[in-house]
Amino acid sequence: MSVPATHPAHEPAIQVRGLEKSFKDLTVLRGVDIDVARGSIFALLGSNGAGKTTMVRILSTLLKADAGTARVAGFDVATQAGDVRRSISLTGQFAAVDAILTGRENLVLVARLRHLKDPGPIADDLLRRFSLAEAGGRRVATYSGGMRRRLDIAMSLIGDPPVIFLDEPTTGLDPEGRLEVWQAVRELAAGGTTVLLTTQYLEEAEQLADRIAVLHQGRIIVNGTLAELKQLLPPARVEYVEKQPTLEDVFLSVVGARTDKENR
Amino acid sequence: MTTHFLGDTAVLLGRSLRHIARSPDTIITTAIMPIAFLLLFVYVFGGAIQTGSDSYVNYLLPGILIMTVASGISYTAYRLFLDIQGGIFDRFQSMPIARSSLLWAHVLTSLVANLISLVVVVGVALVMGFRTGASVLGWLAVAGVMVLFTLALTWLAVIPGLTAKSLDGASAFGYPLIFLPFVSSAFVPTESMPGPVRAFAEHQPVTAIVNGIRALFAQQPVGADIWTALAWCAGILVVGYTLAVLAYRRKIS
Repeated sequence: MSVPATHPAHEPAIQVRGLEKSFKDLTVLRGVDIDVARGSIFALLGSNGAGKTTMVRILSTLLKADAGTARVAGFDVATQAGDVRRSISLTGQFAAVDAILTGRENLVLVARLRHLKDPGPIADDLLRRFSLAEAGGRRVATYSGGMRRRLDIAMSLIGDPPVIFLDEPTTGLDPEGRLEVWQAVRELAAGGTTVLLTTQYLEEAEQLADRIAVLHQGRIIVNGTLAELKQLLPPARVEYVEKQPTLEDVFLSVVGARTDKENR
Repeated sequence: MTTHFLGDTAVLLGRSLRHIARSPDTIITTAIMPIAFLLLFVYVFGGAIQTGSDSYVNYLLPGILIMTVASGISYTAYRLFLDIQGGIFDRFQSMPIARSSLLWAHVLTSLVANLISLVVVVGVALVMGFRTGASVLGWLAVAGVMVLFTLALTWLAVIPGLTAKSLDGASAFGYPLIFLPFVSSAFVPTESMPGPVRAFAEHQPVTAIVNGIRALFAQQPVGADIWTALAWCAGILVVGYTLAVLAYRRKIS
């Protein structure tokens, strides 16, 4: 299924060969190979427990693989972990923000830890880009889930790392929050950043990704563009389904009418 | 990357000190139980306790200081656990920072918070009639022992912070430590205890530390107690630090 990268002259942003990882008796990855082209959005799709988070943790140097190699931004994750960390940002499964600090303080904190010169202006700029300028002075504990995620992603952009990992960036978000995050990811890729995201939502992969790989029981079973993946299935059919009113429709119409009367 | 160690630790220390400044209740809850015991023992039980010293509050304070630190360090386990659970630990570890700086930041924060709690407790004791003729040097010696003791216990607290499976597990670890002063010379002279209990009391760290501090406050020769106390603190520090680093390595490998 593999398709040559768009810029064969360049090394891919992420290159994984024969990656294996077990936790005691549990084998999580059984030989994973992927290539992620620079500046593309790559979705790793899989159900819970498929090994997505393990992949991301190995690529972001938080976990050591048992076998195989992984190179990120040209550096080996095992032997050049420091260089890898300089080239990446990780946005973990839960918005990894400090709820006691304000949004702005979170950004300044990360800018300082990346040893950047002007943390203040960097923070203000990101607050504006992610529509958090007004909320910037408030503690993150008061933010909605979508705002936290946006702040989380904004924190990942500090220092312009060429590769960003997003582990289930929209899990637990309401539809509005999800759209906000999708928009942010698209802008990232448009700016030339390589994004590897994991998701269990097919729609998310469909909406965002240039390439999609399906991780199942520790192996990549499919890897290609959305169009390529769709060819694997029989052609689409059109079906007509009669829409019955749901119990909710009935409930709302009945209760709504009754309450109106009583209120008067 | 070790060149950034001091700078990164300072930034992360600033972060967790800000946590404390925004939830000063952690200082108050740390101080409140020792203060309650101070009040209870001085005004309720103290009259019936024969310590051979003229003022029971003078006798009691060193043990209460130990208890303050023992109750304060569980916040380190608590904060570390929350950092790990919330994912910010992973974020920091995936960044180009000196990797041990997060642990050091938490440990130093514990030191600052516990010293503030200790000052509060000493203040209450002074109001209750605690008096000492100790010189500045004597106070510095007491502070030095408390700093070493706090560092030692805090590194112990890092271990459950890194390895606990639940928040309750992370913070419950301190409870046995809080009650260690009861079976020591902190509240009553060990001579009043039956044989095996007395043997335990006289050979556990709290007694040595309490006796050492008591001697410093009373301007008496500190004798062997202070060296035993320092040896205990250094020993706990080395064991705690080693185990904490091992737990940390396991966590990030």
